[in-house]
Amino acid sequence: MHDLSTALSTAFAMAIGLDPQVLGIVRLSVQVSGGAVLLAAMLGLPLGALLALARFPGRGALVVALNACMGLPPVVVGLAVYLLLSRAGPLGELGLLFTPSAMVMAQTVLVLPIVAALARQVVADLWEEYGEQLRSLGVPRLTVVATLLWDGRFSLLTAILAGFGRAAAEVGAVMIVGGNISGVTRTMTTAIALETSKGDLPLALALGIILIALVTAVNAAVFLVGQTARRRMG
Amino acid sequence: MRILLFIAAFLSLGLGRAEAEERFITLASTTSTEQSGLFSSLLPAFRKDSGIEVRVVAVGTGQALRLGERGDADALLVHDRIGEDKFVAEGFGIDRRDVMYNDFVVVGPKADPAAIKGLTVAEAFRRIAAAQSPFTSRGDDSGTNRSELRVWKNIGIDVKTSSQPWYRELGAGMGPTLNTAAAMGAYALTDRGTWASFKNRQELVILVEGDKALFNPYGSILINPARHPGIKHTEAKTWHDWLTGPKGQSAIAAFKIDGEQLFFPQTR
Repeated sequence: MHDLSTALSTAFAMAIGLDPQVLGIVRLSVQVSGGAVLLAAMLGLPLGALLALARFPGRGALVVALNACMGLPPVVVGLAVYLLLSRAGPLGELGLLFTPSAMVMAQTVLVLPIVAALARQVVADLWEEYGEQLRSLGVPRLTVVATLLWDGRFSLLTAILAGFGRAAAEVGAVMIVGGNISGVTRTMTTAIALETSKGDLPLALALGIILIALVTAVNAAVFLVGQTARRRMG
Repeated sequence: MRILLFIAAFLSLGLGRAEAEERFITLASTTSTEQSGLFSSLLPAFRKDSGIEVRVVAVGTGQALRLGERGDADALLVHDRIGEDKFVAEGFGIDRRDVMYNDFVVVGPKADPAAIKGLTVAEAFRRIAAAQSPFTSRGDDSGTNRSELRVWKNIGIDVKTSSQPWYRELGAGMGPTLNTAAAMGAYALTDRGTWASFKNRQELVILVEGDKALFNPYGSILINPARHPGIKHTEAKTWHDWLTGPKGQSAIAAFKIDGEQLFFPQTR
């Protein structure tokens, strides 16, 4: 109980005092996870939509594989990206290991299946509803994709938020490919892991509280935007 | 995949612009040096002298050596003399130098159920095994873990294969191992640096210290540029020279926690 109250007051002090070190860590977390979610959305939404609409052999297996990839273990993804970016690896010459870019790559791999799989489900459901209509109107395939994605935008936003939650909360992948370098690749989650290692449990918990507050704020902002948009549309 | 890479690279321009302008090296080192706070005291001084930023990836010594083998670090600061010599002999590293030393201590619950207080480390471990008191081991192939396993081996106790219930192999860093030891009331071997800065001690106290067998020397190694041409050898050499030179050595001596000196520079 004592630990929790210390953590709360520490978190509060850090947030109010705008501790520059903590601010830097928060900024990096948002940049990395935000960047990964952006990339994953740009690739995953069209991918999910296409998978919902296209008919080809092996599609069922692909859907199962994509859904299974929602549960990719972050440590394994981190390890794979590490081997890819290591100087002894195929992309070693890019010198991306232990940089924020490497962390964005790893998290994109983690988030992409979530966004794509959920988008596929949303679009598939909409197609069931409007498919007949769209087909009778002779709407071209690409327009159908765009129309259905737009129509399902609120559900898709939730899919993207699920992806953001995954990215912001994971520690295994960013720890391996980022290296938890102070001031360069230290994010909220790796900082929490580090402080736990040092036995500074109240500080670790305080950082955790800030992380939860941050994720809540992002979700609240998206919720408000959604509400406003829905109201305006009538 | 290729598109993904392009976008990632593009994004990195935004994220990494500040990085690109600075000279930096990547140093693979151990959790014991990082978590004691030594680097936050050394690195700003080195940067002031040289303009080079040192980015520390803190892992166990075993993993640090493997990062070096793959060319993912420019220099190493580790503590496993036998492993270090092997690393250099195999051609992965060059110019290994002594940097500093500290010592390991055996910590355990204040009540000391195996009655090891003040003994040598060999005798203490023998009694822990005889009393079957819980002992938490790093189990992560770190320098500390390797040293601990050598003690068991020297006294002829096979902790690895006979899976004794009192011997808990955690596969964790020094801090998490101490957290677990504190929660379980177990014994553990730790470096003095991590212990001094460790905050969650609960009932744990130092029980064995000062034994010669607990000597813990750290070495600095440069990665062989002939094997990995991409590494920043020149900058790494500057760091290597600074660390083992008078400025680095006096900075190490000046680092204290609560008035206690944690690392002792190598006198030459």
